[in-house]
Amino acid sequence: MGDKLTIGGREFTSRFMIGTGKFPSDEIMTQCLFESGAEIITVAIRRVDLKNPDSDILRVLDPKKIFILPNTSGAQNAEEAVRFAMFAEQMGFSNWIKLEVTPDPRYLLPDPEETIKAARILVKNGFTVLPYMNADPVLAKKLEDEGCAVVMPLGAPIGSNKGLTTIDQIKIIIAQSNVPVVIDAGIGRPSDACLAMELGADACMINTAISAAPMPPLTARAFKLAIEAGRQAYLGGHAAKRDTARPSSPVDGISK
Amino acid sequence: MKNFYDEMLKISGMIGEKLSANIGGDMVLRTLEKDKVEFNDMLCLLSEGALPYMEVLASRAKEITDRHFGKNINLYIPLYLSNECTNSCSYCGFNINTITPRSTLTIAEAEREMKKIAATGMKNILLLTGEAPARAGVGYMENIIKIASLYFTQISLEVYPMDIPDYERLVKAGATGLVIYQETYDEILYAKLHETGPKKNFLYRLDAPERAAQAGFRFIGIGALLGLRGWRKEAALMFSHAKYLSKKYWRSDIALSFPRITPARGCNTEITPVSEAELRQMIFAARICFEHAVINLSTRESAAFRDSMTGFGVTRLSAGSKTNPGGYETHQEASGEQFMVNDTRTVEEVASAIRKKGYYPVFKDWDVSLNRGII
Repeated sequence: MGDKLTIGGREFTSRFMIGTGKFPSDEIMTQCLFESGAEIITVAIRRVDLKNPDSDILRVLDPKKIFILPNTSGAQNAEEAVRFAMFAEQMGFSNWIKLEVTPDPRYLLPDPEETIKAARILVKNGFTVLPYMNADPVLAKKLEDEGCAVVMPLGAPIGSNKGLTTIDQIKIIIAQSNVPVVIDAGIGRPSDACLAMELGADACMINTAISAAPMPPLTARAFKLAIEAGRQAYLGGHAAKRDTARPSSPVDGISK
Repeated sequence: MKNFYDEMLKISGMIGEKLSANIGGDMVLRTLEKDKVEFNDMLCLLSEGALPYMEVLASRAKEITDRHFGKNINLYIPLYLSNECTNSCSYCGFNINTITPRSTLTIAEAEREMKKIAATGMKNILLLTGEAPARAGVGYMENIIKIASLYFTQISLEVYPMDIPDYERLVKAGATGLVIYQETYDEILYAKLHETGPKKNFLYRLDAPERAAQAGFRFIGIGALLGLRGWRKEAALMFSHAKYLSKKYWRSDIALSFPRITPARGCNTEITPVSEAELRQMIFAARICFEHAVINLSTRESAAFRDSMTGFGVTRLSAGSKTNPGGYETHQEASGEQFMVNDTRTVEEVASAIRKKGYYPVFKDWDVSLNRGII
């Protein structure tokens, strides 16, 4: 299949990014990872414990099989986000960073000004930047202009599982973007992910909807299938909606 | 904007009736269906009328906890550095009038304790002192925090209230969290319980969380000592305090604790008991009112109770705690503890109990290297 997701010059077959937070155990997380077929997994730098590799989440992640994308979760401003990213690089991660700047610890909504500021510094320092952002089309273009590798608008507030409540803005972001658009937060059900992909999103990033599900591995598989279905629907295109009936076996030629 | 005291005075007089048994079941159930919990809803959840609906409250609290925190339970451990104190809090084992062995750990002793604690795998430490600035003051704490940074990835403090510049020094040294309990929001009772010593200044303590937020602490813990008077009013004021803080200091993470008084040597304060059922109600109500707040439950509570509350509102547990200075290594046999620990399990035993319940014990959730100015 030639349908690859290309980010920062790197190709991925899967369009499903998965998070590592909130799972009940490493075992269930790795099962979900397997079922999801995801090739990118995000890890919060603040959670990584390199001094105790045996007790750390990285113990169960094989970097040969999955691309580990560190995130700046917990950073409240640009300065902190840049520091987190540089710390991640020092830890031995690549220079890819999922940029999260969330000054409000309750709703974890991204700060647009500080995200732009941090993105500018990180791009200048050679990082491949994947910014989490509000679904603001102007902001998306500004982050693209700063040299971000993707834009990652939220579908709904993070952890809310409410789906694509920002759908109108997401449609504009997709229409205007020159970089891949990854729907990052709020996706609650596989049907939400499928819709996002049908609309033309390039990928979906999902965590809570899987980790908080009663049977996380099964849900991870459902998301995989939904994302694939949505992508194929987007590629295949869909017939127009209309108010009148149209027979599926046309009769136009009969009178000739 | 005014400080919390003005708001406290305004609401103190009007909450009593709304916390009574007169609240009907239909009102409790309606409250649970709401997306947004308002002030009166909070009172409804804390009322006597809500007691018969504990199972519904529990299930709502669990649902919210799962949504926001997933299946993770964070762990921390306290290190008591000093039990020297100039205050006379009549309920506290560190009270200046009690006859108890007094000590303040030297830097070397504190480091020995830290090494012992670090060997348990704990990464999040809470450093505690009494109020004796001459023995365990800001300079002492700065040095202790710097040593703690070598062994732990997250450092919080439970120390006497300070001015903003002193708090700033502690943040700069590497502390990210500050815990300060008001003990009671009843100003008159507070005056009776704290007759002498700097702690008798009610307002200075009440405003301490605000000063901490202004000084740059990310994580701020508040609480009331349960058992000093009827808990419903105390909880309602504490919740109002939390709401006020989280709106005014929107960058700070406000955590809630529910310490029930446990017997301390040499103390004879009259206690208004709070039952486990009542504590459950308070915690469930807290989770429903504060979807995102960390809720702590310390080893003051029994192992069985803590296990039963894991994930039902509670998101952070202490484990393996000793409450006397040097209790882990230096003075293992000594007394001088602040209160008796109820859950005496080791760190691993607590972690294992968390796993058995289908939750993930999180040891590391921050990295001291990420603090301002350290890298």
